[in-house]
Amino acid sequence: MHGRRAVDRRQTAGIVALAAIAILLGGALLGLLAEAASNWSGAIAAFDGYMARIVRFTLWQAVLSTILSVVPAMLVARALSRHPDFPGRSLILRMFAVPLALPAIVAALGILALYGRAGYFAGIFSALSGETWPGAYGLSGILVAHVFFNLPLATRLFVEALDTVPADQWRLASQLGMRAGPSFRFVEWPVMRAAMPGIAGLVFMLCITSFTIVLTLGGGPQATTLEVAIYQALRFDFDPARAVALTLLQILLTAIVVAVLAKLGANVTGDANLSVASRRTREATRVETILNGLVIALALLFVAGPMLATVFAGLDADLGRLAGESTVLRATATSLVLAILSALLSVCLSLSLVMARRALELERRTGSRSLFERLADTGAGFVLVVPPIVIGAGWFILLRHTGNVFLLAPVMVVAVNAVMAMPFAIRAIRPAYDAASERHERLCALLGIGGRDRFRLVDWPVLRRPLFTGFAFAMALSLGDLGVIALFGSDAVQTLPYLLLARMGSYRTEDAAGLALLLGLLCLALITLADWLGKRADD
Amino acid sequence: MRNVISSLLGAAALVFALPATAAEKLTVYTYESFTAEWGPGPQVEKAFETECACDVEFVSVADGVALLNRVKLEGAGTKADIVLGLDTNLTAEARATGLFVPHGVDPGNLTVPNSWTDDTFLPFDYGYFAVIYDTEKLKTPPASLKELVEGDPEQKIVIQDPRTSTPGLGLLLWVKAVYGDKAPEAWAKLKDRILTVAPGWSESYGLFTKGEAPMVLSYTTSPAYHVIAEDTQRYQAAAFSEGHYLQVEVAGITTTGAKNPLAAKFMAFMTTPAFQDAIPETNWMFPAAKTSKPLNPAFDKLVKPAKTLAFGADEIAANRKAWVDEWLSAMSK
Repeated sequence: MHGRRAVDRRQTAGIVALAAIAILLGGALLGLLAEAASNWSGAIAAFDGYMARIVRFTLWQAVLSTILSVVPAMLVARALSRHPDFPGRSLILRMFAVPLALPAIVAALGILALYGRAGYFAGIFSALSGETWPGAYGLSGILVAHVFFNLPLATRLFVEALDTVPADQWRLASQLGMRAGPSFRFVEWPVMRAAMPGIAGLVFMLCITSFTIVLTLGGGPQATTLEVAIYQALRFDFDPARAVALTLLQILLTAIVVAVLAKLGANVTGDANLSVASRRTREATRVETILNGLVIALALLFVAGPMLATVFAGLDADLGRLAGESTVLRATATSLVLAILSALLSVCLSLSLVMARRALELERRTGSRSLFERLADTGAGFVLVVPPIVIGAGWFILLRHTGNVFLLAPVMVVAVNAVMAMPFAIRAIRPAYDAASERHERLCALLGIGGRDRFRLVDWPVLRRPLFTGFAFAMALSLGDLGVIALFGSDAVQTLPYLLLARMGSYRTEDAAGLALLLGLLCLALITLADWLGKRADD
Repeated sequence: MRNVISSLLGAAALVFALPATAAEKLTVYTYESFTAEWGPGPQVEKAFETECACDVEFVSVADGVALLNRVKLEGAGTKADIVLGLDTNLTAEARATGLFVPHGVDPGNLTVPNSWTDDTFLPFDYGYFAVIYDTEKLKTPPASLKELVEGDPEQKIVIQDPRTSTPGLGLLLWVKAVYGDKAPEAWAKLKDRILTVAPGWSESYGLFTKGEAPMVLSYTTSPAYHVIAEDTQRYQAAAFSEGHYLQVEVAGITTTGAKNPLAAKFMAFMTTPAFQDAIPETNWMFPAAKTSKPLNPAFDKLVKPAKTLAFGADEIAANRKAWVDEWLSAMSK
């Protein structure tokens, strides 16, 4: 009886989490629909030849970006996972979370500092090609930037998935004398394949909604995404009907791609036995070690390059003065408070959803999944494809008559950031939770352990690290977020990225570069802290 | 440690602060760079509060377009007494909302180019769009829009997207004013010179100062910032023989403000030196009325347009969508 009740409780938690997402998105769309009620012509007129071109480009760049991010990420993650003692491994993994916290324009300028017309490499590229290097603009520039953001993210998530392989399997593989090939086929690939649809889906969602990167590096309006069209609809044209129609189109396109990806994935049958082997042993041949080292080094160079350029640009700023400014200190504090609150909320909601999904999977006897289970699986992701300006505008319309919208602004920022970070946190938490459940579910049912006891004694020790990883992702994402504040009026919530863009918008580019450095360091420090808190359990 | 805690508490207080309840209060909606600490907002607020013995509350949104959308969404229930920061590209649409009342100020003391006849919106500053170039990279800047369009495609310019940015729309109108029906052909030619079309002014200016392109679309007043704040002559505006396109920034009284006597006082105050003194070196635009002292000499050395180009507000409102579509198809080929 006990076990049964625990399952119900997990499902209830999932319903609460899904409801939070549904309210956030539904509210926004409802607000816009109410405003649009009188005039639908814009929604219908939206679908013309121009829109068809936009859709084609949006999908094309997102698919290419996803492939170029996810495939190399698998190689890098595998290399990192085969060499737990690789020098600087944990620092590399921490650094890989930083791009998430960088505003898109900072990353774009970092990338151009290397590959732009006036970049460090422009001379070499010009010499090699025999003509003036045109700079990384157009589709290639967009792809470089998207891979810069998403390769590190995907790598971290794949490493997290590979970490769930029980030590026994590694030992067995090693005892059977498996070399890299067979061990990849039998041990690593199944885990990565199971994680792939989720990770690729996440990357796809981040790329399909790209805005600043696409416009800044795209070279002209032939590089336009749906996100830009939605923004345009809500800005100069102020046409809510059109914005809603385009948002729904974006959701539909994403749903199709996610469904296709799900077909490519596979469900692994986890190992129901408790692991008895100690730290995993992995034997790599010398050739493999060199190859893996090379893969890691290349990825590191690619990711660290623009980050170093950002650091150098930041060092030119008057950092002493900046760090002493009360506005900067206040913005830092505001960013920290909001990021920590969002991350906490995000991890709680994500864990609820992960638990509910697993409980539903266990309960299911037939092969087909219920709508609830499907939603618990991928529902959170769709938050990412609803543009922040839509959420901001929709909720503003709903709340405008409640009195003081500004008082609600911080609440909205925390709620939206928390929900936006859920897809990241879920991907960090789910592999570990499912693997642990596979091992402990029956034991818990047998011993009648459930509820809080189960979480404290059984789940927490295993989940501690992935929970903190999820926390770190959510925090990084919230730190860099600018989105929803815009329509609510920014006076109430002045965060670091807001301040950065404000300085940039009034000629103070050096200050902006300094603030970007500050933001990056803050993110790295928080991630190191989250890693350390998560790791203590292993000692 | 104590500093950290107090700044955390400060942030919490800031985040959750309740608005002060003063008896006499004026609420002004404006854009962010106006209220920024280095913007005109703080000076203007102080000056007017001394004059009226009241409390001025600024509420800021991203920019002029967001400002108009905000007021539209709030409708007659808006808290704003004054909306400050729309430009002449938006006034026709703003007027059509029926949310604004006549300003009641004599336009006689205004110093804006062309004579001002609008009785709903009152200017507080103005500027001209211009191509800013890097003197270290470009020895002979284009002397006309025609030279820009037909010049060496290897000498690039960064512009902004008219779908997302005010200066971007400015260039579109500038080209339209000079080329008329031939604008699509001009854009098709200029296209090869455009390094990229940034979403906003900040991104484009960032690319320009990073050295990615020797030219950027900005304002004739941009060099004044570099001279006064950074003490460098490196960035200059190119004077175009066809003339420069004008941008006038305006404020208006809302129907809510019509009930607040402070609103009319503020509009009158806006055309006095106490307000105008703040404009040149914080907003980096030209004052719309007399200042108490002559401007910094750096402003005298700026490009003086041979001709002021401007469309009427109604003409823009009627054609903007068609012109942007025309730009899109010319640029997407």
